[in-house]
Amino acid sequence: MSEDLQFTFALVLNGVSIGLMYSLIALGFVLVYKATDAINFAQGEFVMLSGLIVAVVLTVAGAPLIVAVVVVLAAMIGFSFGLERVVLRPLLGRPVVAVIMATIGLAAILRGLGPVVFGSETRAVSLPIGDEPIVLGPASLPPIQVVGAVAAVLLFIAFHWFFKKSRMGVAMRAVADNQQVAQAMGINVERYFALAWAMAGIVSAMGGIVWGSMLGVDVHLALVGLKVFPVVILGGLDSIGGALVGGLIIGVVESLAAGYLDPYVGGGTKDFAPYVLMILVLMVRPYGIFGKRKIERV
Amino acid sequence: MVGVSARRAVAYETDNQLVVEGVSKRFGGVVAVEDVSLEVPRGSIVSIIGPNGAGKTSLLNMISGFYKPDSGRVALEGKDITQKKPSDIAALGIARTFQNIALFSGLTVLDNLMLGRHVRMKAGVLSSVIYWGLAQKEDIAHREAVEEILEFLKLQDLRRQPTAALAYGLRKRVELGRALASQPKVLLLDEPMGGMNQDEKEDMARYVLDVNQERGVTVVLIEHDMGVVMDISDKVVVLDRGRGIAVGTPDEVQRNPKVVEAYLGTAKGGAKA
Repeated sequence: MSEDLQFTFALVLNGVSIGLMYSLIALGFVLVYKATDAINFAQGEFVMLSGLIVAVVLTVAGAPLIVAVVVVLAAMIGFSFGLERVVLRPLLGRPVVAVIMATIGLAAILRGLGPVVFGSETRAVSLPIGDEPIVLGPASLPPIQVVGAVAAVLLFIAFHWFFKKSRMGVAMRAVADNQQVAQAMGINVERYFALAWAMAGIVSAMGGIVWGSMLGVDVHLALVGLKVFPVVILGGLDSIGGALVGGLIIGVVESLAAGYLDPYVGGGTKDFAPYVLMILVLMVRPYGIFGKRKIERV
Repeated sequence: MVGVSARRAVAYETDNQLVVEGVSKRFGGVVAVEDVSLEVPRGSIVSIIGPNGAGKTSLLNMISGFYKPDSGRVALEGKDITQKKPSDIAALGIARTFQNIALFSGLTVLDNLMLGRHVRMKAGVLSSVIYWGLAQKEDIAHREAVEEILEFLKLQDLRRQPTAALAYGLRKRVELGRALASQPKVLLLDEPMGGMNQDEKEDMARYVLDVNQERGVTVVLIEHDMGVVMDISDKVVVLDRGRGIAVGTPDEVQRNPKVVEAYLGTAKGGAKA
């Protein structure tokens, strides 16, 4: 393999692993939108909160990793459940904007309260995976990116199975398809809304662990949430497969921009390349690659 | 009520499975339904007819819980269900179809019918995780029940098809199947023959009769095709501008001058037309 090709391969590989980690966060957003039509602007803050919880349990309480994972899963499921019940359910049937504003407000509250409750220093989430890069052919990846990518893939497989095969998953698709008719089938729609938020909580907890481990945990961890928007616009707001593909595309585009464009312009293209792509997609396919067409009319 | 045949009249008075008492519903200033009552005897086919905008679907929506009446009550087998949630009403045994086909379009015929059985599924969220085996066993029984309905409606070859790909008449039939899958006591059909050609209408009418006679399901039917309504109904209720204007056997209703006026708008005081 020529040196050029090796360089490209390394960039793509890096992009794929980061992209899968983006998909992981976007999955939380899509699950909620698909089932409940709510747009969650606090997805990044969910990840931040998860990271904070994991870091505090690990460093302050000195608990083993497995305990931290259990605690953060329980905490995030509880948190999203409570959020749905207390804040979002009363907004059912109100204009979409009401929910959007509520989640924007929630995001600000979490960013403000996080440091107050958990302290403002940057904390590490150290996973027992070492620092030795993992070599894959002519390129190598930091172990945390491999762990993140594998975790994302496993979650996608689990959710794919859930929605295709399980009774609850099929019922949830019915709720997403048509709430009124789902009710006529005897499906308790509110229960499935709560379930969708709880699943977003699980996904965010995983996101908090891997992203927190990679970037360190403080209030800035919430910024990874901004990457959710190009990913879901690209893939389609309501498509789980779209979140996966959108994440991969954004990850690879970002990585290629960093490798090929940044050296010429002095850096920074990596950070806005995904949004350029997002705007282009909005112009051509407003409902995303896999999204349902009806979104266009909203 | 006038003129129901003597044998049935006795049964009707003693055994009304579904009773709607003086329900009203307005949206803003617009009256959709005004003081309408309906008695549905067990095992009968009762049709609701009337011009467009008469309040037929609104009445059905109040029975299935989508609208809460401003006044009046709805009772199933003597039990007040007026304030219950649609999902609870479905669980109590009232299934329905929709005027505009409302299948879950991304799902297969089989999945749609399995969702119809949702109310019959006992294993809940937690227990289906914990007692995996129980849920599996239950699934097999549900699947058998659904297969039987697929066969009854001659849909067995289409079970793996996504519903969006099916022809119009077939989708209507799948929707009937989905409603039947819950093993309802009362089936509400909102224009099951709307938009069908003559052959499809005859098939559907046959299925509705079979559902009623062989399966013993009480049927409340909204339908515009008068031929079908008069053929298969035990009792016909006529709505006009939100009010009940006539009730009786198909024969009686057809001869009722108020009904003729509502439909043709030509009787005395023709200025109203």
